[in-house]
Amino acid sequence: MKKTMMGNFAASWGAQLSRVQVIAAYPITPQTLIVEKLSEIVADGELDAKFIKVESEHSAMAACIGASATGARAYTATSAQGLALMHEMLHWAGLARLPIVMTNVNRAMAPGWSIWADQNDSLSQRDTGWMQIYASSAQDILDSTIIGYKVSEQVLLPTLISFDAFFLSHTVEVVDMPDIELVDKYLPPYNPEYKLDVKDPRSFGALTAEEYYYEFRYKMQEAMDKAVDVIKEAGKEYEKLTGRAYKLVHPYRCEDADLILVTSGTIAETTNVAVDELRAEGKKVGNLRIRVIRPYPKKEILEVIKGVKKLAVIDRNISPGYSGIFSQELKSALYNEVNIPVRSYIAGLGGRDVKIQDIKDMANDALKNDSPNDLIWKGVKL
Amino acid sequence: MIEIRMHGRGGQGAVKASFVLAEAAFQGGKYVQAFPRFGVERRGAPVEAFTRIDDKPVQIRSQIYNPDGVIVLDPTLIEVVDVTKGLKKGGWILINSDKKPEFYDFGDDYKVYTVDATEIAVQNRLGSRTAPIVNTAIVGAFAKLTGIVKIDAVFKGIDNSIPRSQEANKRAAKQAYDAIASR
Repeated sequence: MKKTMMGNFAASWGAQLSRVQVIAAYPITPQTLIVEKLSEIVADGELDAKFIKVESEHSAMAACIGASATGARAYTATSAQGLALMHEMLHWAGLARLPIVMTNVNRAMAPGWSIWADQNDSLSQRDTGWMQIYASSAQDILDSTIIGYKVSEQVLLPTLISFDAFFLSHTVEVVDMPDIELVDKYLPPYNPEYKLDVKDPRSFGALTAEEYYYEFRYKMQEAMDKAVDVIKEAGKEYEKLTGRAYKLVHPYRCEDADLILVTSGTIAETTNVAVDELRAEGKKVGNLRIRVIRPYPKKEILEVIKGVKKLAVIDRNISPGYSGIFSQELKSALYNEVNIPVRSYIAGLGGRDVKIQDIKDMANDALKNDSPNDLIWKGVKL
Repeated sequence: MIEIRMHGRGGQGAVKASFVLAEAAFQGGKYVQAFPRFGVERRGAPVEAFTRIDDKPVQIRSQIYNPDGVIVLDPTLIEVVDVTKGLKKGGWILINSDKKPEFYDFGDDYKVYTVDATEIAVQNRLGSRTAPIVNTAIVGAFAKLTGIVKIDAVFKGIDNSIPRSQEANKRAAKQAYDAIASR
């Protein structure tokens, strides 16, 4: 059923529809509404779940880890400094191979104290062994939560779903809520082979000497590789039920493009509009939205961009001392495979608005200049 | 696509007004997007909120810079904020005011409408006399002036997005719908 809702509530209802059994969370702007809504849903008896109030985000993730280890479906949500505080526990969830799903509202790291959108918080957690999804609409948030559990519980890796502060978290838009019967059909109860169970005692997280640890990492990578196909299959099955397609990458008007813009998050949606305008001006520009960055969809990206003359990445994040992170990832995927010049733009840090015209400016700059460039600041005020 | 900007003061319900407007348009079969300006909100400070209405899903994820229309919830803001900033030529300005539209001079490029949403809200006991909640009345006036949404869709929007005093809010919307004055 279609209804209007804020992006944050799309996350809450995605968790409810997934029948999560344990929610442990600590509030932080702009995430607060997500867990407030869930606490209401649980208190009203609309979801049979345990809501654990904790004293920090580190504890929130620790509680999710404990819950997930017992075989419960665990959920939490956070943002920026909160996610950073979880860092140690994120590695733990990943290496313990626990299929937790977490929502992160992308908010710029402080200082300067900011509650506004950028992706540095979640990209700083890139190497913790979590699958990472960047949603671009409220619909995407809700559906990705459900699909997230489906994928996580098959490959035994946690999923982090991130989306831009305010541009999505506090924006009301139309979302098609799937019926719970449909979600139940799609997402069976979680029933792991091994779990914490007093009737069947086992040891978890024990000291692992060099004889075994290396293989833990190998297995984790194997799971990430497998996840590429599992995400595709889970997306196809969801499309059959709902008509909505979710892939690792979402190309838009890329087939005959001279220039493909590579984007993520809400900027990707605005870029679709900019592409339509550029096309109307006779410029052959396409947009490749990266929806999943871990596992990295290298093959899927290469399929779309092969044959294009130029690429331009728009990053709402930066790895200080080098460049935008999506840009680095793209360039490493291209190397050894294909030689296409890449121009890399930084835009929208700390929630600065990225307008259609800004995107067209970057596209026009990339069309005009044949030379690659690792770092171009769009609209910096000095 | 229609783009609307709301001007209000923190605590006055401009953000909620943008949501109610979106809900009404959604009930009228449209796709919508509504969001606050992502500023540092303080009670009494000027705030902005935006609503986009279209026949297809809205993909633009930036703020509204060239609105088709502007809604001013508090007429005293006109002295403080340039409410016509970026407003498209031929665009409209709907002001919550007890004055006639002729009272306001924005030049010849815009159509000005007024409705005394404050008085209507007070009559219907929405909010308090000193802090009336005017958003549903304003949305009623918007329905009349644009024709984008029918008054029935506004009623449905109120049922879905206003948690209490729904009948009083509907009365306020209808009163404003009937009372809007144009220049």
